Amino acid sequence: MTEAVLKPQDYQAIEKHIAAFQSMPGALIPLLHAIQDDIGYVPELAYPLISKALSLSVAEVHGVVTFYHHFRTHQPGRHILQVCLAESCQAMGSDALEAHIKKKLGVEFHETTADGAITLEPIYCLGNCACSPSVMINEEVYGRVDNKKIDQLISDLKSAS
Amino acid sequence: MSIKIFVPIDSTALSLGANEVAEAILKEAQARKLDIQIIRNSSRGLFWLETLVEVETPQGRIGFGPVNPNDVKSLFDADFINSGKHPLALGIVAEIDWLKKQERLTFARMGITEPTNIDQYMAHDGFQGLKNALNLKPEAIVETVTASGLRGRGGAAFPTGIKWKTVLDTKATQKYIVCNADEGDSGTYSDRMIMEGDPFVLIEGMIIAGLAVGATQGYIYLRSEYPHALKTLNEAIHQATKAGYLGEDILKSGKAFHLEVRRAAGAYICGEETSLLESLEGKRGLVRFKPPLPAIEGLFGKPTVVNNVISLATVPIILAKGAKYYQDFGMGKSRGTLPIQLAGNLKRTGLIEKAFGITLRELLYDFGGGSLSGKPIKAVQVGGPLGAYLPESQFDTPLDYEKFSEIWAVLGHGGIVAFDETVNMAKMARYAFDFCAIESCGKCTPCRIGSTRGVEVIDHIMQGHDVKKHIALIRDLSDTMLNGSLCALGGMTPYPVLSALNHFPKDFGVDAKEPKA
Ligand SMILES: Cc1cc2nc3c(=O)[nH]c(=O)nc-3n(C[C@H](O)[C@H](O)[C@H](O)COP(=O)(O)O)c2cc1C
Ligand code: SF4
Ligand code: FES
Repeated sequence: MTEAVLKPQDYQAIEKHIAAFQSMPGALIPLLHAIQDDIGYVPELAYPLISKALSLSVAEVHGVVTFYHHFRTHQPGRHILQVCLAESCQAMGSDALEAHIKKKLGVEFHETTADGAITLEPIYCLGNCACSPSVMINEEVYGRVDNKKIDQLISDLKSAS
Repeated sequence: MSIKIFVPIDSTALSLGANEVAEAILKEAQARKLDIQIIRNSSRGLFWLETLVEVETPQGRIGFGPVNPNDVKSLFDADFINSGKHPLALGIVAEIDWLKKQERLTFARMGITEPTNIDQYMAHDGFQGLKNALNLKPEAIVETVTASGLRGRGGAAFPTGIKWKTVLDTKATQKYIVCNADEGDSGTYSDRMIMEGDPFVLIEGMIIAGLAVGATQGYIYLRSEYPHALKTLNEAIHQATKAGYLGEDILKSGKAFHLEVRRAAGAYICGEETSLLESLEGKRGLVRFKPPLPAIEGLFGKPTVVNNVISLATVPIILAKGAKYYQDFGMGKSRGTLPIQLAGNLKRTGLIEKAFGITLRELLYDFGGGSLSGKPIKAVQVGGPLGAYLPESQFDTPLDYEKFSEIWAVLGHGGIVAFDETVNMAKMARYAFDFCAIESCGKCTPCRIGSTRGVEVIDHIMQGHDVKKHIALIRDLSDTMLNGSLCALGGMTPYPVLSALNHFPKDFGVDAKEPKA
C-alpha cells in the first residue's frame, strides 16, 4: 500500500519536525519518533527529506528505521495492542493469552484487524513483571490480564474507535 | 483539615486500575460530602497489594489493599478514612513485615513522596548528597564512590568509582554522563520505579557524576516502552532547572550541568553500552569493538560515563551519608544493597531492597510467599533473559556477585522470575535462542547465525529426533557463542540454555546429566 506521494498534511508535518530537530546532536532517532508520534508511522517517502536535512544517505536512514523494532513504515490500525512474551509473562500464562488474542482478533503478530481497529504486536517486557501477564494498549499497560479482561479491553477498543 | 488519601501513580499500580480507584474515591467522597485530598504518590513496590490506598493518620499512614474500584463504596461504608475496620485493612504501612524487613537506601522515599514534587524531595533528604559534593574536589567525589564499594547495577557489576576515575583522568573539551535507562531485562522494573517514582534522585546522581568527572551534559537513554517515565522525567528536569539544580550555574557554584531525555526505539541490544552510544548518535545500534572504552572515547568520541539508573540513583545517599555508611551493608565484594525485583509466578511480587547476602530461598518464600499457583517452584531465572535458570538445589545461594558466578549464574540487574512445575525448560531454552535471534545486532556470526541454528536444534530435541546428537550440537554451539561473540547477548545466551539443559535434562528427553562436550 505504498503511496506514490506523501499526503500534503503529512508532508507539512514532516517538514515541521525536520526543522525542529535539524540542529540537534544525534537528531535522527528523536526526529523519527516525532514523525511517528504525529502521523502514526515513518513513510518511506520521507527518507529523502530526512536524509537531505541531516546529511545522511537514504540507505542510512532506511538502515536506522528498520533496525529498531519501534519504528513502522506503514500506517497501523487505530489502536496498537502489544502482548508481552518475555519470561515473567510466560511464567504466568502469556502463551495461552497470545493464542486467545490471535483467535479473537483473527490476526497474527504485525497484522491489523480487518476493520482497521487494532494492530497486534509482540513485545519483550513492559516492566510490569510483578503483575504478569501484561499487555500494552497504545500507551497504557494492563497487568494480570486474563481472557475475560482482554475480551473486555478489546471490545472497548472496537467500540471506542 | 482535609484527610489525605494516597493512591499510587506508578504504572504497575495504574495497570491494575489505580486511576479508576482514585476517581471512585473522589466521587464517593463528594457524594458523601467528605473533605478529602487525593495525593498521587509513588508506589511502595508492594505490588501484590496494589492498588494500595493509604490514609494519613496521627499514628502514621494506614493501608488498604489490594483495592479495586468496586471496593471503594464499602471502604467508605466502613469509614476507612477514620481508621474504620475493613477486610482490606493492612494497618500501619511502614510496619508491614514485607516492607519493614527491607533496607531501603536507594528506594528510601519510594511510596512516600509525590514523584515530581521537588519540595517534598528536599524535605526527605533530597539534594544533601549534591550539596556535599559541591564542597568537594572532583577527585574526592570519585574517591567516595570508590570507597563505598558501589558496583554497576546494570549487569556487569563494574566498580563505579573506577569507571569515573578513568573519565576524570581523560582530558577533553567535552565529557558526557549517559544514564542507561533501557531496562530491557525481563523480570526487572527497578529503573522504571525510580524514574516514575523518585526522578530527582536520578537527576541528583547524574549531577554529582558530572561534577565528579567534569561533564556538563547528561543524557538519559530511556526505553520507549516507558511513556509514563518519560513524562515524569521531563517534568522533574523542568522543576530541577527552575529551582537552579540544573543549568549553567548549579546552585550558584559556577558549575554547569544540562540534562536531556532521549527515547530508545525498542532494540534490546541498545542496552549494551556501546550500542546505546551508537543509538544516541543517531545510528543503528551496532555494538562497538572495545577498546577504546566509552570512558575514553564514548559519545561523539568524547569521554563518557555510562551508568545504569540504579547505580546513579544510589550515588546521592553515598555522598549524603558517606562511603562507610553504604559499604557497611552487604557481603564479600558485593557492598551495599540491591533492589531486587520479584516477578513471575509468586504470591507476593514487588521491589525488595536488601543488603547483599540474602538467599534466594528467603526471597522466594519469606518475601515471595511461594508460587501464586500453589504448585512447587521448579526454576527461577535470575538476572534477565541472559541469566541462568536455577533449580531448587541452588536456592540457598546468597545474593552476591561472586557466589553467583561460582555456580555459573549472574545477578544482573536483580530481577528474579519464578516458574512453577508446569514450565518446560526445553521450551525456555528455545526461547532464549529465539530472543537472541530477534535481538542480535548482526555484527558477529556466532550470535547472528548461532541463535537461529539453536532454535532449529532445540526443535529437533523437542520432537524427539536423535536427541543425544542434537544435545551435543547444542553444547558445541553454546561453546562457540560463549567464546566467539563480541558482546554478552551472544556470549551469555548459553547461560539460560545450558543451565536449563544441565539442571533439567528430563525436559530435553534425557535422564541424567550429559557430560560436557
Ligand atoms: C545485551 C546487553 C543488554 C544490556 N542492557 C542493559 C540495560 O538495559 N540497562 C543497563 O543499565 N545495562 C545494560 N547492559 C549493561 C551495559 O552494557 C553496561 O554495562 C551498563 O550500562 C553500565 O552501567 P553500570 O556500570 O552502572 O551497570 C546490557 C549489556 C548487554 C550486553
Ligand atoms: S554478540 Fe550479537 S548482539 Fe553482540 S555484537 Fe555480536 S551480533 Fe551483535
Ligand atoms: S516480562 Fe512481561 S512485563 Fe516484564
